[in-house]
Order: sequence, then structure tokens, then C-alpha cells
Amino acid sequence: MLLDVREVAKGYEAGAGRLQVFSDVSFRLDAGEAVALTGESGSGKSTLLHLCAGLDRPDEGQVRLAGQDLAPLDDRARAALRRESVGLVFQQFNLIPSLNVSANLSFQARLAGRADAAWLEQLAARLGLSPLMDRYPEQLSGGQQQRVAIGRALAGRPRLILADEPTGNLDAATGDAVMALLLGLVAETGAGLLMVTHSERLAARLERRLHLAGGGLA
Amino acid sequence: MYRAALLALLSHWRRQPLQLASVLVGLALATALWSGVQAINGQARASYDRAAGMLGQDRLPQLVAEDGQRFSQDVYVALRRGGWRISPVLEGQWRQGETRLRVIGIDPVTAPQTPGGGGAAQADGDLRAFLTPPGIAFGAAETIAALQDVPGLPALRVADDSLPGTLIMDIGIAQTLLAAPGQVSRLIVLPDQPLRQTPLQDVAPGLTRRAPQAEADIARLTDSFHLNLTAFGLLSFAVGLFIVHAAIGLAFEQRRAMFRTLRALGLPLVALTRLLVAEVLILSILAGLAGMALGYLVAAALLPDVAATLRGLYGAEVPGTLILRPGWWAGGMAMAVLGAGAAAAQSLWRVWRLPLLAPAQPRAWVRATTRSLWRQVAIAGALALVALGAARFGTGLLAGFILLGALLMAAALALPAVLAALLAGAARAGRGVLARWFWADTRQQLPGLSLALMALLLALAANIGVGTMVASFRLTFAGWLDQRLSAELYVSAETEEQAARLRAWLATRPGDLLPLWSVEVPLFGAPATVQGIADHPTYRRNWPMLSALPDVWGRVASGEGALINEQLARREGLVPGDPLILPDGGRMIIAGVYSDYGNPRGQVMIAVDRLTALFPDVARLRHAVSIAPESAPVLAHALIDDFGLPEDNVSDQAAIKVFSMGIFEQTFAVTAALNILTLGVAGFAILTSLLTLSAMRLPQLAPVWALGLTRARLAWLELARALMLTALTMLVALPVGLLLAWALLAVVNVAAFGWRLPMHVFPADWLRLGALALLAGGLAAAWPAWRLARTAPADLLKVFAHER
Ligand SMILES: Nc1ncnc2c1ncn2[C@@H]1O[C@H](COP(=O)(O)OP(=O)(O)OP(=O)(O)O)[C@@H](O)[C@H]1O
Ligand SMILES: [Mg+2]
Repeated sequence: MLLDVREVAKGYEAGAGRLQVFSDVSFRLDAGEAVALTGESGSGKSTLLHLCAGLDRPDEGQVRLAGQDLAPLDDRARAALRRESVGLVFQQFNLIPSLNVSANLSFQARLAGRADAAWLEQLAARLGLSPLMDRYPEQLSGGQQQRVAIGRALAGRPRLILADEPTGNLDAATGDAVMALLLGLVAETGAGLLMVTHSERLAARLERRLHLAGGGLA
Repeated sequence: MYRAALLALLSHWRRQPLQLASVLVGLALATALWSGVQAINGQARASYDRAAGMLGQDRLPQLVAEDGQRFSQDVYVALRRGGWRISPVLEGQWRQGETRLRVIGIDPVTAPQTPGGGGAAQADGDLRAFLTPPGIAFGAAETIAALQDVPGLPALRVADDSLPGTLIMDIGIAQTLLAAPGQVSRLIVLPDQPLRQTPLQDVAPGLTRRAPQAEADIARLTDSFHLNLTAFGLLSFAVGLFIVHAAIGLAFEQRRAMFRTLRALGLPLVALTRLLVAEVLILSILAGLAGMALGYLVAAALLPDVAATLRGLYGAEVPGTLILRPGWWAGGMAMAVLGAGAAAAQSLWRVWRLPLLAPAQPRAWVRATTRSLWRQVAIAGALALVALGAARFGTGLLAGFILLGALLMAAALALPAVLAALLAGAARAGRGVLARWFWADTRQQLPGLSLALMALLLALAANIGVGTMVASFRLTFAGWLDQRLSAELYVSAETEEQAARLRAWLATRPGDLLPLWSVEVPLFGAPATVQGIADHPTYRRNWPMLSALPDVWGRVASGEGALINEQLARREGLVPGDPLILPDGGRMIIAGVYSDYGNPRGQVMIAVDRLTALFPDVARLRHAVSIAPESAPVLAHALIDDFGLPEDNVSDQAAIKVFSMGIFEQTFAVTAALNILTLGVAGFAILTSLLTLSAMRLPQLAPVWALGLTRARLAWLELARALMLTALTMLVALPVGLLLAWALLAVVNVAAFGWRLPMHVFPADWLRLGALALLAGGLAAAWPAWRLARTAPADLLKVFAHER
């Protein structure tokens, strides 16, 4: 079992009262499985993803990542788990602006101390980044930036990829191309994938779909 | 993990070299000003220690003649026979042509082992050469170098711990050199005296025992000057810290997104914090080293002025070259590292508390800024209360400096709130959409600029404060000199016999001869001068009296009244009407208090007849001549050519005035130089803030550009904004500077020097300073504005392409 989410609830203090985003959410995700997470804007998709990544803590329930319960882990242990087992792809790309493409691509793998030059080279070629390696993020188009972000997430061969609307900032054609790359590479590395998306079309391309609505999984 | 993360953090600086430069330059400048001032201070202090240590003259008691003259060395021999363990010293001026030297003769066998010549001679081991003519003279390197071609001196040798302008040699050789055979100036009483010894009165009735001084006179007198310098060093350092704080703060702010990404990708918070601390440490060490080098240059440039000031003002010899001390290095580096740490502390704290996920409300920071604005105002209010308390209830120098510090910090902290209020008012008054945007946008920029503006405020206030003090001082002092130096000529005879002839000679010529005779006496535990004064209309007309009994001059002339200077009056809390008992039993009434600027000692003036009655041995050498100004030069020439006085012994009023004013000009030349430097540093702070802000401002400016304002127009508006903020800061600085001047004149000066100066204001100076500030602000804004005007449209468009 790669990811095991049990009866998780999360809410926020919002101005006057409390906003309960969702409660009693449970699901599982196995290695090699690709799952879509859909729902209306504000339904809590990003929130749930952040809980899975150990970026935030649930109010109730349990998140287990690779058999490890996240609740008792301190910041240091969560960080270690993230850099070794999780690849993150954000809607806003979140590249490091002062590093060039090459350094951004290998960054997380190096952080985890498992950079593999041959694999990096292969990744860059597959993502069409080879001619761009010396450029800086500000000199790239949105689609190019997202390709770097995907490469960064995959560079350390993590067991789980968490992606939050990876094509949300891209036009349809570019988005499709990027998505094809992502799905292909995930399948190749045998990682699990949980991907937030708004698009029915994209969701349909994944094996399974989770839908958030009305404060819980539908 | 650390390596990859560190490289990512450092890569920011590679992409933002300007920001890196502003952090490094800001910290380096701050360290430079601080360490420069410290180097000067350390140098001067070390010199006093040498002066004090010279033959242990202040650490051991001494036997001196009651009249202060030299006496026969037979007395020394008699005392030794009587069981006294003492060592003779002969001291005097040696002149030849242009060369003047202080010659100190010692007896190497009995002299106490001290820093200075005694130690040098003994350590040398070459006693025979030291004792037998021509002998050996020890002096400081620069003194020896200047004496290379002067004939008639013993063999010269460098002793590192000697005072400049002084040679130390065997007493026998000194007696020959000074033409004082068989004479000594004083006898040092060594520690460990035998129990049985002949009483002093029996062997040497003319000698008195002078107690050791707890600290060297000179050190006490010059302390205030150094305190002033230190205060300025600290102020400059504070201004520098504002820059560092601004630069580091912005560097952290700009990397906030990067910190989040790093943590999301698996860098633990502890590791991130460690890396950032290491980064600040590395930066501060680099900048600190550069700053120390720069500080050395500042000190080397200022030191000749400082040395001249101290020599003129206090008679302290400070060598004009700089020696580096390990303590100075350690202190300077510590200041750099601690300063950078303090500047970075707030930013590090924010990183520590940075939520891993971006907060939902992007306007949260605006509210946080408003909160911190109010917190600053509260702290400013508390500091203002501290300042008020120090002014009302505090006494002494420490209270003075607490007042200064609290005042300046309060003003700096209150500045952003004051500016925000002014801008809000302007925004309400503004008409037209562009004006509204301009004011609102300026307010939004304020948080990013406020640290630089605070630095500017401090620099301007210090400028106004010190400028007002110096100008007040100059004006008052010039007026005082006019009164005090009322006689036209001042003449000194070489011997009593010559003085008598001089009096007879002058009696036959026009002009009144006024004796200026004085003795040095201990008074209230400190050395003081008692001076005789003739009853003459010149004095009655001009003497700068601060307060007096009625018929003050009648009382003085009758011999019953004494005048004392302001320093003595303040120090001992004396007012006219109080009794005053001179050490030799003279019982007087204080008839008046006069101002006596620049004199560190207490001074008492009594009728000249009373002086000669109380101190029959007083040297009657100096005289003033009151004469019509136009006849003064003729008489001066006659004194030199016909009577045969050495040229040096005749000085006219004008020359003394020039000399005296010169001393004070130099005193403040140093502070003026530091002031200008500080203003430059503040200007630099504005530049770096604007440059760093300009990158963050593109998203704010791009929409306005897209809606139809040209880039040139936007650039002009940016320039106008900088000028306006500078002008507003200058307006706030004005009252702060005047308060500062008041504190310097009425509190610090009284505590440090013992006299109070009236305050004069010089609006023309403010205008000049304002123009200078606008120039600095304009120059600082010019480059960022020019860059904005030249920004490629593509860069502006990018803002729309991937807006966050
Ligand atoms: N830090 C926060 N503080 C308060 N409320 C928050 C915070 N983060 C999210 N929310 C609220 O929680 C709810 C869920 O937010 P979330 O970002 O998970 O939605 P989402 O499904 O990802 O929406 P979208 O499709 O627009 O990205 C929203 O109503 C949001 O306003
Ligand atoms: Mg979302």
C-alpha cells in the first residue's frame, strides 16, 4: 500500500467562523496506479493533496505514506520522506528562479542524494529540454517550465507523484502534450500518481477517479 | 542535501549581484565607519597611556620644588643619605633652530622599570654607552627620523613605546644638553621605602611631595572628545545597519517563494535555518574584512586632523601614523557579525515561522505591516519617554548619551508612521486619477523604503544637530575671544631679571602694562591655575562675566574678591558670594563667574597684589600690553628689534585668535567629515532600496503602462516620488536635529567639558543641507528611474504572461 488515507477531516479558521472543507475522506492508492482527483473549485482538492504530501496536518484521521503514519513525524522526518519518496508538481511550476534548467531538473534528486546522471540526461531528452539546459526559468514559456517541473519531480525516481493541476496554466494543446509525457514517464518508473484536475477529459485518461463534493468523497 | 540547498540559496546572489553588493557594501561601510573611529580612539588612548607611563610619573609619588622650579642635585644626594629611595629626573625643552624637543634625563640605575625610556635603557643592557658622552637617546621612530641631521644630540635609538617629540637619555647628558649642570626637575619616590628615613622638611625644606594621580590628567581631559567620536562611530554604524537590515530583509523577502519550494521538495526547516545563518555569517565576514580595510583608510585619512586637534586642545601628543592592534580587529569583526546577525534576526524569525503553504489571503502582509507600524510607533513613544526622563532627571555624560540615543531611535521609528499620515493626507487632497494612483502607490512603497528613509533621517538629524553645535560654538567662541583677548599684545620675558628690565622699558612708552602672572595649585583635588589680574578699564569693559556680585571689580581690586571660571563653578557648584579658600591659606569671596571656553582646568583670578602676597615666588614673566590697535605692530617690532626679546615671546591678539580658532576648527573637522560620510551612506541606502524594489515593482507598474502611461512618464514619477520622500524626511529631520543640538549643547557639553553654550540657529545651513539631501536622493533615484524608462516592453508584458 503506497498511500492510505483514512477518515481524514480538515477545516480552516476563516474570519468569523470555521470553514469545514471536508471530513471523513478515505481512499487508497497502490504503486503503479494513476488516480485523478476532481471537484469544484474550493472543494478541497489542493488541501487533500497537501495532506498526502505531509505539507499540512489533518484535523482528524490518518495519512499513511509507504506504510508510515505521518502524524507522529516531526518536520525533519516529513521533509526526509518528501525528498525521498514524493515528487511534487504544482500548478504554478514553482521552479527556483536563480537556478538554470539543468540545476532545477536535478535539484530534488540531489537534495535526496540520489542524482543519476544517465537518468537525468534521458529525462531531459524525453521532455525536450536538452536544448534549454542553460536557460533560466524566466526565459522559458509556461509549457517549458512545467516540463522542467515534471522532470524535477521524476528525477529522484520517487514512489509517489502528487500533481496539482499540472496543466492548469497551459493551453489545451500544450497541456495534452505535457500530460502525455507525465503519464508515460510515471508508467515507466512504476510510481503511483495522484493528480488534481479540473478537466473531465484528462480525468478520463487515468485509471481511477476520486471526486470531492459536498465536504466529502462522492 | 546541504550542498544542493546551499548552492540554490547562493545562486540567488549570482542572479542578483546588485543586492549582494548592497548587503556587502552596506555592512562594509558600517564596519568601516565604526572601526575607523575605533582605530583613532585606540591610537590616541595608547598614546596617553604611554604619556602616563613615562617614568611612572603618575603612578608614583614625586618630590617637587614648591615653586615648581628645578633644584640642585645636592638635595637628591642628601635625601638618599637620609634613607630615601628616590630617582632623579631632569626635564626641559631643547631648541635648536626649528627643532624643539622635550628632553627627559633619567638615572638608569635608580629609575623605576616602566614603559618609556627607563625600561628601554635598562633592557638595552648597554649601560656604559648610555652613561658616557655622547650617550644614547631613545625616542619614537618618527621623532628619531626627524632628527637625523640635527647636530649636538646623543646617538639616537628607536624605542617603540616612546612619546613623539620626546627624547630620553641619561640625566648627566641631559644636564649638559639643557645647560642645567647639577639641576634636577623632580625626584620619583620609589615603592618600598625603608621604615626609618629623615623627614623631608629636615633634609629638603623647599620640596613637597606630590601624590600620584589616579589617572593621567590628559586621559580625563580627552575622554569627552573620544566619547564624542565613539558616539559618532556608533551612529554611523547604526545608519549602516539600517542598510544591511533593508538589504537582508529584501533578500529574504524575495526568496520567500524559494524557501517554500525548498521545503516542499524536502529540505527540513532546521537545515534551511542553518544554511541561512551560515550565509549571513559568510557575508558578514567578507563584508567585515572589507570594512576593516576601509576603516583603516578612513582612520588614516582623519588621524592627522585628530592628532592636531588633541595636541592643540589638550597638549596630548598622538603620533600621526596608525598602528593596528589585535583588539581592534576582533572588535570590528565582532561588530560586523553581530550587526549582520541583528539585521538578519527578524528575517530569520520570519522564515522560522513561515507557513509551509502560502497563506490564502495575499493581503495578509499588508495588515501585518500596519500592525508593525503601530508597534513601531509604540516603541518610539516609549523611547521618547526615556529621552524625556534622561533630560529631566539624568545627570552626567551617560544620561546625555542615553538622551541622544533614545531621541534618535524614537525619531527613526516614528518616521514611517509620520510619512504614512502625511501621504494619506496628500492622497485625500489629490485630484485626478493619476494623482490618486501616485499617492496610493507611494504609500504602498513606503514599507520597502522606510529603513532607508530612517537611515537618511538619522544622517540628516545628526548633520543638523552637530552642525548647529559647531556653528554655535564657533560664534560664541569668536565673540568670547574678542572679549577675553582684550589687550593688543602679549609678551613673555625669559628671566625675572629680563622681566624687570622689560617693565622699566615699557614704562617709558605708550600703552599700559598688565601683569599676567599665575601659579598652578591643587584646588578641590584637581590642578587649577591662580592668576593675578590688574585693575584696568580693559577688563572692566570686556571680561566675559556670566554672573557676578555688585561692584565685582571693586571687590577684586581690593583683594577680597576672586573670579572663577565656569568649569570650576559648575564642577564644585559654586556661585558668587560663596567663600573660596586657596591652598596657601588665602581666604576669598567669589565675586564673579566668567566663561572660559576651551580650558579644561579650573581657574581663579585674584588681584595681582594679592597673588604676589600669597605666592611670593610666582614667576613674573608674562604681561599683556593694552595699547591702541594701530600702534601695536610698531611696539611689537620695537620689543623684538630694540629690546631684544625672541620673536616667539611677543604675540599679538590677532595671531592668538587665529591659532585658537584653528584649534577648534580642527576639533570639528573630524566630526564634519564623519557627518558627510554618514550622509553618503544614507544616500547609498536609498539607492540600494530603490534598486531592489524596482524588480518587485514591475508587476505594479506594468498595468499602469498597459493602460496608457509611457515608460518615461513613469520614470519621472518615480524620480519625483524619491525627491518628495527625501524632502519630507528632511522636514521631519529638522526638529529632531535641533533637539539633538540642544542635547549636545546643554547636556552633553556641560557634562563633558563643564561649560554651556548658547544655541544659535542657522537656517541657511539647513537649506544647504536640504539641497544636499535632495541631490543624494535624486542621484539615488536616477539610476532605477533610468532603468525603468529603458525597460523593454517584453519584460513588462511578461508580468501578464505568468502572473502569480
Ligand atoms: N490557508 C487557508 N486558510 C483558510 N482557508 C483556506 C486556506 N486554504 C484553503 N482554504 C479554503 O479551503 C477551501 C478549499 O481550498 P482548496 O485550495 O483545497 O480548493 P481547491 O479544490 O483546490 O480549489 P481550486 O480548484 O480552485 O484550486 C476553499 O474554500 C479555500 O478558501
Ligand atoms: Mg487547488
